[in-house]
This record gives sequence, C-alpha cells and structure tokens, in this order.
Amino acid sequence: MDDPNPANDRQAATAAVELGPAENKMVLNMGPQHPSTHGVLRVILELDGETVLKADPIIGYLHTGIEKSCEAKTYSQAITLTDRIDYLAPLSNNLGYCLAVEKLLGIEIPKRAQYIRVLLTELTRIASHLVWLGTHAIDLGAMSVFLYGFREREEIMKIFEYVSGQRMMTSYFRIGGLALEPPPGWLDRVRRVMDSLPGHIDEYEDLLTHNRIWIARTQGIGILDPDDAIALGVSGPMLRASGVAYDVRRAFPYSSYDEFEFNIPTQTASDCYARYLVRVAEIRESIKIVRQAMEKVPAEGPFRASLPGIIPPPREEMKTSIEGLIYHFKIFTEGFAPPRGEVYQAIESPRGELGVFVVSDGSPKPYRVKFRAPSFVNLQSLPKFVVGRLIADVVACIGTTDIVLGEVDR
Amino acid sequence: MRKLKEWNAAAVAEVVEFRGETTVLVPRQHLLATAEYLAGEPSLRFSFLSDLSAVDRFPLEPRFEVNYHLLSIEKRLRLRLKVKLSSNDAVVHSMTPVWPTANWHERETFDLFGIQFSGHPDLRRILMPDDWEGYPLRKDYPTEGYR
Repeated sequence: MDDPNPANDRQAATAAVELGPAENKMVLNMGPQHPSTHGVLRVILELDGETVLKADPIIGYLHTGIEKSCEAKTYSQAITLTDRIDYLAPLSNNLGYCLAVEKLLGIEIPKRAQYIRVLLTELTRIASHLVWLGTHAIDLGAMSVFLYGFREREEIMKIFEYVSGQRMMTSYFRIGGLALEPPPGWLDRVRRVMDSLPGHIDEYEDLLTHNRIWIARTQGIGILDPDDAIALGVSGPMLRASGVAYDVRRAFPYSSYDEFEFNIPTQTASDCYARYLVRVAEIRESIKIVRQAMEKVPAEGPFRASLPGIIPPPREEMKTSIEGLIYHFKIFTEGFAPPRGEVYQAIESPRGELGVFVVSDGSPKPYRVKFRAPSFVNLQSLPKFVVGRLIADVVACIGTTDIVLGEVDR
Repeated sequence: MRKLKEWNAAAVAEVVEFRGETTVLVPRQHLLATAEYLAGEPSLRFSFLSDLSAVDRFPLEPRFEVNYHLLSIEKRLRLRLKVKLSSNDAVVHSMTPVWPTANWHERETFDLFGIQFSGHPDLRRILMPDDWEGYPLRKDYPTEGYR
C-alpha cells in the first residue's frame, strides 16, 4: 500500500486473482427494491471485481397464493384472480384460464367471440411488449423510448377501457365467451391506433436499432444457446431469439389462430439484441393479426356460447323467461360443475408458454389450478447467461428476460 | 406414440385419455428411466418439460399426484406423466438430470406441498419464506392460513 512503485501494486493484484475467487470474492445483494429488477426481484451476486461469478435469484416477495385462492372460488370467480398474475397482460391470462375451463367442459365458443379474443390478446401483446421496450431501454439509459412506449400503450389501454370498462384488470373473457357485447364503434378506435402504430415502431427502431450505445450494451451479451434454452424450459421471444421457432399459436393453435396469417420472427444470435429484434418484429406481426381480426369479426352475432346451466343466458332472457332467471341465479350463486378430469391448456402469452392446469373433482370449485408462468421458468435461466459477465450486463439481461414478478411469484 | 411407450417398458400402469390429452400413470420406480427414454428417443424427443405440478388428494391415499407435462417441439406432441405418492413416503426422484428446468418447479412443489425430490441439487423453499411452517397448497392447510 505504501509501496511507491505501481508495478508492484499490479503484481499484487495479479497474485490476488491467481489466488482464486475465494480470496477476492464479494457478495452483492441486488434488490428487492431495485429500479432495474422490474418489481421485487432480488438477485444475490457473487463478484470478482465487476465480473459475476454466481447469480442466485431470490423470489417470492410477491407471492399471494393465487393458486390456493382459486380452490376456494367457483370457476367463474377465479377469472378475476387470473388478471392479477401477469398484470401487464391480463387478457392473456383470462384467455388461458377460460380456454382451460372450456376444454374441461368440452365446449366450443362462437367464432365471433374467438376473433374478438384474438384481437384483444394481440393488443395485449403489443401493450406488454411496449412496456418491456420502454423499461428495458430506460434501464440502459434511453429515456425517450420509455416515454414514447407508454404513450402508445395508453392508447391501447383506452381501447381496453372502452371495451371492458377496465384499463388493466379487465376480466373481459368469461367461460363460454365474453363478458359483454363490445360497444359500438370500438373497431374504429382499434383501427385508428393500428394505423398510427407502425410509424411509431419505426420511430423506436430509429432510436435504437442502429444506435451504437444500444448495440454496445446488448449485442453479444447474455447468450443463451438453443440447447440450454430448451433444457431450461425457456419459451416465448427468448426461445425464438435463440433460433427455435416454437410458438404455441402455431404449434398448438387455439382460439382460431390457425385461420390467421403471421410469421414467427426468429433470430439466431441468442443475445439481448436478438431478443430485442424478435420482440419488435412480434409487435409488427401482432399488428398484422389485429388487422386480419378486424376484417373477420362479424358486426353481429352471439358473443357467448349457449349452454343452459353453465353459461349465463343473455340479460334479456334472464329478465323475461323463468328458465333464464333460474339459470342465472344458479350460476351466480352455486356455479356449475364440470365433469371430473384434468386438462392442461397452453397459450402464447407475451412472455412465452402460459400453461393452465385445471383439475376438477366434479364440484363447482376447481380442485387445483396451476399456472405454468413463463416468467418463472424464464427467470430460472438468468444465472446461465449472466455468469461471467459484468454487473452492468446483469441489468440488460434481467431486462430482456421480460419478467413480471406478479407472474413469477403468483 | 403410445405403442412406442409400451414397447419400451412395462412402466405404464395406466393410460387415461381425456379431452384429447394423454396421461400415463408411471410407477415411481420406473419414472426416471421412462423420462430418460422419452427425452432421448429420436422418434419422440420430449426434450421440453413444460410444467411440473402436484395435486393433493387428501384424505385419499396415495395422497399426492405429481404431474409432468412433457412437450416435444419437433413432433408437436404433448404428454402427461403422473406419479402417485403416499403421504408417509412422499419422495420421488428429481427430474433435474433429464430436464434442468425441473429445478425450480421441484423447489416450488416442495415448498407448497412438502414433497421431497431425491437427488435435487438445491431443494429449499422458493416462494415462501425460509422459516415458514407448513405446506400451503395441501388441502388440510386452511385458505386463510393459521392465525
């Protein structure tokens, strides 16, 4: 220390590195209150200087026991809990849960409702990706994208509010169809947003895609090989950025997705930049799907399947016929009892494969509901591509994992 | 597909078809070998473990069911394996050697059901605090918790 010769200092430092990490190791606690962990994620990092030797994500700070609560509610009541799992994509959760219960019941819902569901879940995907892009960019120091992204997201939120009455906790998809007839003129609003959005996406790309700082912070960072990704169960944009073109919408179509034309964007670089490119391309694909859905949605028709005793009758019928009144009363007081059995329904949520596993024991309450949360599984892969990188890259890596802690912890 | 399954071993105790989904009940001692076979067999390639979860059938015995949702990305197939465990011996072999993704799923199942996974590299609570008592998703655990 008091040696005036800097060469000796350097020698001492090299010796310390050669002694191995145990001598030089520092443990750093990141989170749970850290702005770049997107919620209450805590990561314990073992560092050698700035290099990460080990990363251990600690989760559970937002655990609310949603799966347990579902067991105490009727099938319809549990829908409101699904909104709160992934609060950036509530309609995707609604869809996954409703499809699972519909599969359990063995019912098919009217085409009109299916198209409206597709349209709204794709809007959800766009909104979720916009939040991801904004927050990821702000983590890496690009403030303006955040403001722009939230501006466009707000327009989509207004559509949700207009259609369902709620901006975020929509609970708009119900078992057998939709909660309400969409209000008049809603498609015009969707069209207006869809017409302006591609230009805005170009703006973001202008700001980021060829931005040298952005490239330096993301390219070659957080590489996850396709084999590792599959072994770790990674799904969604992260898997596709590793070159595996697996998309539930294409592999196991649900809700009439097989009638829509869209590409599955993939990249092979497997790094943070590739994940960025995949998600931006996905926004454009979602716009295509929304446009097709707008053409397909019939102006009139049933928005709910007709199944007395299980799906509530139309309001008018409830007020005018005695059967309608009885069914309505029974459904909302004691619920309905699906047959015994168990189903697993997967959908492509903005973050990956959202699986809903529902077990029925023949009573009006689900015996067990399990949500296979894509963020939970994707987060598990974080140590794989963070170890060996610098602390600053951890922020970029957490960002591109696109976790929602509500979903991780449930 | 199920034919191949039966050709492999007598590890199939029961096959259930429901709503187009196939469930295979596997005796516990055959589970790991079956999993290795399904993940490695070139004509199946169940290399992706979608989900792992448990169901508590309290007060019935065997009390616990552990469900493994397998996915073959190449063949576009899904399959559910099921193992039944009794309450006094709720131990099953960990699937982490076959599918590393099972790590957190098994930790979660251990955390919420108290099922032990032998051979798991790091079996500790994941969602609940480390000093939590009881296993919340068991049916004899009240929804409101213990006050």
